[in-house]
Amino acid sequence: MWQQVVNSLTDGFLLGFVYGLAAMGLSLIWGVMQVINLAHGVIITSGMLATYLMFLHLGINPYLGMLLVAALGLGLGLVIYAAAVHRVISAPHLSSLLATFAVNMIILGIFNAVFGGDQNNVDYSLGSLSLGFLNITVSRLLAALGAVLFCVFLYLFLYFTRTGKAIRAVSNNREAAELMGIPSAQVLALSFGLGSLLAAVAGALIATIFPFTIFSGGPFELKSFVICVLGGLGNPLGALIGGLALGLLEGLIPIWMPTSWVPVVEFGLFVTVLVVRPSGLLGAK
Amino acid sequence: MRALRQPGLWLITGILGLWGLVILFLDDPTLRETSFTLLMFVALASSLNILLGYTGYVSFGHIVFFGLGGYLGFYLVAVQGCSLYLAALAGGLACSLLAVLIGLAVLRLRGAYFALATIGVNEAARAFVSNFTPFGGATGLSLDYSVYDLYGGSLKALWLSFILVWLISLAVVVTSYLVKQSRFGLGLMAIREDEDAAMTMGVKAPLAKTLAYALSALFPGIIGTIFFFKNGNVEPHDAFKLHMSIETLVMIMLGGQGTVLGPVLGGVAYERLRGYLLVSPLFKSLHLALSGLALLLIILFVPAGVVGWLRRRFPKLRGVLE
Repeated sequence: MWQQVVNSLTDGFLLGFVYGLAAMGLSLIWGVMQVINLAHGVIITSGMLATYLMFLHLGINPYLGMLLVAALGLGLGLVIYAAAVHRVISAPHLSSLLATFAVNMIILGIFNAVFGGDQNNVDYSLGSLSLGFLNITVSRLLAALGAVLFCVFLYLFLYFTRTGKAIRAVSNNREAAELMGIPSAQVLALSFGLGSLLAAVAGALIATIFPFTIFSGGPFELKSFVICVLGGLGNPLGALIGGLALGLLEGLIPIWMPTSWVPVVEFGLFVTVLVVRPSGLLGAK
Repeated sequence: MRALRQPGLWLITGILGLWGLVILFLDDPTLRETSFTLLMFVALASSLNILLGYTGYVSFGHIVFFGLGGYLGFYLVAVQGCSLYLAALAGGLACSLLAVLIGLAVLRLRGAYFALATIGVNEAARAFVSNFTPFGGATGLSLDYSVYDLYGGSLKALWLSFILVWLISLAVVVTSYLVKQSRFGLGLMAIREDEDAAMTMGVKAPLAKTLAYALSALFPGIIGTIFFFKNGNVEPHDAFKLHMSIETLVMIMLGGQGTVLGPVLGGVAYERLRGYLLVSPLFKSLHLALSGLALLLIILFVPAGVVGWLRRRFPKLRGVLE
């Protein structure tokens, strides 16, 4: 019994890092420009597909391929920002929500036409580690490590580079940042690109753990919403902690009730937190 | 009733009324099926417009009322043996009541937070219903075909469903028009423009918002019951489609949010476009991408929608195109 609980919790905890990474992308974009990116799921899917295709056709190691996927995610984000988001950035929320949703439809439609709805699997198994009674799947461990690596990279970038400081300044107060000579349009585009980069990398990591279809990004997008709300929208560190909390919750709930109840608890918690404390459990008042 | 003397109301009800009569007269099953879908979306979009267009609250998961109302009504018809009319009414009223309860909590949120909360409510409802045994869990419920005999056989039942949806869509449009012309509607539009200012001027915003939410939840509940009655079965996957919810938003944006005619035009145009793309051999596999592209272009370049654009471009039309 205890062995099962500990293993289930460890699995959830490791997966939580990847959830947190995906949610961080969403949170960063919200924090900087108050846009909820409804194309988040499809960017995650792009990361999965890119990893899969590079592995299948070019034989690139999925973990090394992550760097290429990151570049791809950044590029995709920049294109989406320029094409769909920039014009509606100051418009009411409905416009940016629908504009990003339109991007979601376009990309998903293209994927559907090109790849179809089949299940894909990155066939790269690394087995599992046994430490006493603890069993850890190596791919989960590496995915967690990858997620941590990218979190550290984001932190260093935001806090120790000039561009990172500019992003934080624009996030704080766009007008004031512009008055200080920060080119806000470029900064916003870069932030959107970074958010999309994190989502794509999360997708790449998920593809090493689970098989996926082109529609698999959707559930992870919804999970990212839940995580962002738990950790406070616009707070990247909160997103990581929220991701870990969600991962642990997913490991914990199946011990007491059927797995199909997990989403009921998740979304129930989501709505409750939004209503009771919209700034998130960790956000400032 | 000042509203009755204005041409705008008669224009829309005239067109919708004539449309239904023509279908009834032509007696063509294919035409009936297409019109059923069109009128259903017209009614769904128009009732969402009361909340989205007038009040300015973006409900992304409004389909939850279609699903829950449909499930409840279907349960009453299939398991409890209620009549369709009673079940549809119960489905609608239950949704209104639920909207009041949910609204008390989520309507305190503004902007994107509200939109996110409505997505959460829809997903929570879907997940809950998938686990709820009286509603059949993940496999859903299906109707015993002998039930249709009460309505004169399955063919008659299909016509009955069409007539009901037609009447409901007329009712929604008239309601939408009356709300827009009323003092209550003015209050809603004041909330849309600036909620704090509206409250300062004496609009009871919490009450008005809750009423608008309840009103916009009533019709989807009724339509859900009729739709799933006609369908013969109901599953969580069909009842709580987030995609369908967003499609109704697209229809409103296409036609013009906050206008009575907009959702009607938008619903018809979007459904026709999608129908055309789905059957065209050239665009079949890309229909989702092309619908998305159309949506993106509207959002970026014609944010007021067709009716809004016409009203701004031709001020003389403002008396007719409400």
